[in-house]
Parts: sequence; structure tokens; C-alpha cells
Amino acid sequence: MKRYTCIVCPKSCEIEVSWSSAGDLEVNGNGCQRGREWITNEIRDPKRTIASSVIVEGGEREIVSVRLSSPIPRAMIFPVMDEIRKASVSAPVTAGDVIIENVLSTGADVIATSSVLAKED
Amino acid sequence: MENRGIVIIGAGPAGLAAAIRLDELGVRDILILERENSGGGILRQCIHDGFGLERYGESISGPEYASRLLEEIGKRGIECRTGSSVIDIGRDRVLTVASARGTEIIKAGAIIAAAGCRERSRGAIMIPGERPAGVYTAGTAQAYMNLYNRMPGRKAVILGSGDIGLIMARRLTLEGAEVSAVFELQDHPNGLERNIVQCLDDYSIPLYLNHTVTEIHGKERIEGVTVSEVDSITHKPKAGTEKYYPCDTLILSVGLIPDNTILERAGVIIDPVTGGASVDEHYMTSVPGIFSAGNMLHVHDLADYASAEAEAAAENAALYIEGKLDTGGNIRVAAANGVSHVVPMRVSGNGPFTVSLRACRRERNRKVEIRQGEKVLGWHFFPLVIPSQMITVHSDAASGSEDIEVSII
Repeated sequence: MKRYTCIVCPKSCEIEVSWSSAGDLEVNGNGCQRGREWITNEIRDPKRTIASSVIVEGGEREIVSVRLSSPIPRAMIFPVMDEIRKASVSAPVTAGDVIIENVLSTGADVIATSSVLAKED
Repeated sequence: MENRGIVIIGAGPAGLAAAIRLDELGVRDILILERENSGGGILRQCIHDGFGLERYGESISGPEYASRLLEEIGKRGIECRTGSSVIDIGRDRVLTVASARGTEIIKAGAIIAAAGCRERSRGAIMIPGERPAGVYTAGTAQAYMNLYNRMPGRKAVILGSGDIGLIMARRLTLEGAEVSAVFELQDHPNGLERNIVQCLDDYSIPLYLNHTVTEIHGKERIEGVTVSEVDSITHKPKAGTEKYYPCDTLILSVGLIPDNTILERAGVIIDPVTGGASVDEHYMTSVPGIFSAGNMLHVHDLADYASAEAEAAAENAALYIEGKLDTGGNIRVAAANGVSHVVPMRVSGNGPFTVSLRACRRERNRKVEIRQGEKVLGWHFFPLVIPSQMITVHSDAASGSEDIEVSII
């Protein structure tokens, strides 16, 4: 039996995972269906979302906050961070704008989570 | 002097949600006062996701949660005065407000105080040693990185396992800094379990419980810290356990405290345990017509919960200005066995209510019981109680005047 802390929501359910003698996965302790889906993924291919910021050119602020539109494999976190670090965007930026589409073919977009107006001269 | 219906102090997740609820209820004269130059409160710098699961049914970042609230405020035409600091609340709910326009005097029919909390600082926990640069509270480091694009340092040690500290451990790591370890004085982490998993475990950052920083080294800039193991009960450092960790940054995530100086000036009774106002089940303080909610009342785990609490306070404030809030009796609600604090601290006895509480210890298979004398007013079973997770339990109406006790058994 292995114990996991579910990270889907802040309830942080403790999920117990074991395999029956027939080899079937047995899941206990999850408070909801989303937790079950999460643990089924977590034991095969753990995925995470990340948040960071991207440089804005000509904006009234230096950076805009970004996040991924969907989780990516954990092993892709640092390669994706390298892409985010290399990126820059011109003001104005609107929350929801796609900054990098399908980053490193993960299927996730890097999207702006706040808006930055253009700097007035 | 300006006369207003309901004045809300603070345009964060609590204050904005309260204003929207009031507008929904048909209250038309609402004024939000915000000391910063833009609304959103602490959410503006919380760029990680995990917000909105309760309120919007999806996981969004702090700035997105804030802008959804602010858009709603705009659409409804609710007035939000930014750059406006409440510096005094006098008799009869008369507020003194300082802004670039000068000093304004506003009389409010009711006040909802939702100005959030502050971080405990180095001074508050008294770490001996030098006073070099490079020591930040987690929220300050977060503002540097997420609002101003400045790296606090390259090699960090984190003291305290509060959520912002855990979030910053991940953020620093993602941006290329090295985080040596997180040290926690208590025998349990302070932050949410999910943050231990996704901010520390994922990046192999060790968490040492029952450890603290016992000395800070460095003249101009911090060069390292001495860390000692502490006794799990007395929290006194154990001699011979000292270990040196070189670092250029020390991040403090050692707790949040509601800041209620302004309410104290208004004569509101403050609860010594929560640091927030002592309120009844309507979230009304000891001064009639002054309500409090969100992190200014007690520190919440989630912005969503702070918003929900403020909505409840708003509903009662709306009744109050109509003269329809039945405040009734004054029955004390006390934290008993295994409970560190409760909100509300008193109830009227006029109807069912909800108690928010925190456990003192991590325990398995426990029942939270709300009892008045021989009568059990409410209970709920929990497979696990953790101090870092707030618990809410519903209760039937109390009667008489005997104290109510909330315990974990």
C-alpha cells in the first residue's frame, strides 16, 4: 500500500493506493472523483502546472504573470521554464493572451494571467 | 462630512466579495476604501494557481481571481476608492480617511472591516545575530519577484513552513535559485499538505521539523545561518545540534497575524488568540454596526473561504442597516479540548450557526463536538484533523446563557 496527498484541491485528502491480488488498482480515501482521476495519473505520469512571469516590452510594468493552461509532465517543468525565461511580449498584454502556444509540444499554452497596459510617453 | 450606507475597508478577496453580495441584496450605497493604488489585495502577487476552486469551480491564479471580482465590481458600478487609508474610526462609525485628496470624514451606516493580515517579521520572532541585508518575509520576496521582477537572491534558506514560504520555495527554484531547506519550529508543517507535496517534495527540498535558525551571519549581506534542532515541547534549541548553512537569502514564513489597530481604536474587543475582532455569529464585533471578515478576522487557508465569510458578513450588515438584525443574547463560545481557537466567540441564541476552528494537534479519527452543558448542538467526524486546515462545523441554535464549548474528542 502507498499513501499519497492529493493536490487537486486544498482539502489535501490522503489517498491510499494498493493493488489487489488480481492486479487491479484499489483507491481509498479520495473525497471526490477528481481525486481518483488525479491518483490514477499520479502513479503513472505525474503532471503539474507552473506559474512564472514573462518580460514585457514597452509596458507600464516590467513583467506579466503567466501560467500553463493545463498540467504538463513533471519532467517537462524545467525545460518549459527555460522557454518562459526566453520569451518576451510587447505591451499591451491582456489576461488570457496566449504567450507561447503548445509550449515544447506539451499541449499546454503559456497564458497571461494579468493585464499590462502600454507605457505612455 | 459624507454620509454612506455601508463602507467596506479593504478591496481584497473578502472586501470585494462582500460588496458584490451587498449589491445582489439590493444595497445601493456601498463604498469600498482601499489603501493600495489598485484593488485585489494580496492576490495581485499570488501568481500561482489553486484559487477559485470553491467560488468559480476551476483552478485559476490570484491575479485572475482578483480581476474577476474587480470586473464584477465595475459592472455593478460599485464605488471603490483606491489610495485611501482609513486612519481612524470614531464614535458612531465615523471614519477618517487619508488620501492624495487630503483628509475625508465619512459616516457609515455600517462598516465591514476586511483589511487582511500582516506577516510576522524577524523582530516578532527575535532571531539573534547580525542585521544584514537579504532577510525577507515570504510576502516581501514574493512581491519583489512577482510584481517588480527582482530576484531576492541565489541561495536561500526558508524559516517557517507557512504556505507563502512553501510557494516561494518553488518559485525561487523555478527561477534558478537554490533552496537548501525549509526549517519549521513546530512538529507539524504550517502550510497545506498539498503545498508540501507540490512545492517541496516535487523539487526535493527537505523540510526539517522541530528546527529553527538560531543565528544569522554576515555584515553587509547575509552569508549564512546557524540552524539548531529544538525540543518538541519547549522549543528550546538543543546544544550540540547546531549546523551552518551558507546562504545569501533568508526567507521568513513564520505566520500571519490580523492587523486590527484601526478596530482597536474604534473600541472593538480583540480576541487574544486570533488577533482579530471578537465577533458573534453575524460577524458583528463588540461595537454595533461594525462587522469583520476575511483574514482581518482570522487567517484563512484559502481566498475562496475569506470571500465566502465576507459574503455572510455582508448579508448581516445589510440586515443591520435595515434595523432587522436580531442580535439577541450573548452566549460565550469557548475553544476547549484540542481546539486552538473558534469563530464566532459568542452567539445570540437566535438560530443555527457555523463554527470555524483550528485543531491544536494533528490527530486521526476525531470528532469535533459543539456542546452547551449536557446538550450536543452539533458534531462532525473527521478521519484526520491538521492544525494547518481550518475546520467548519454546523451547530443548532443555543439557548439560555450557559457557555458553549467546542472540543475535539
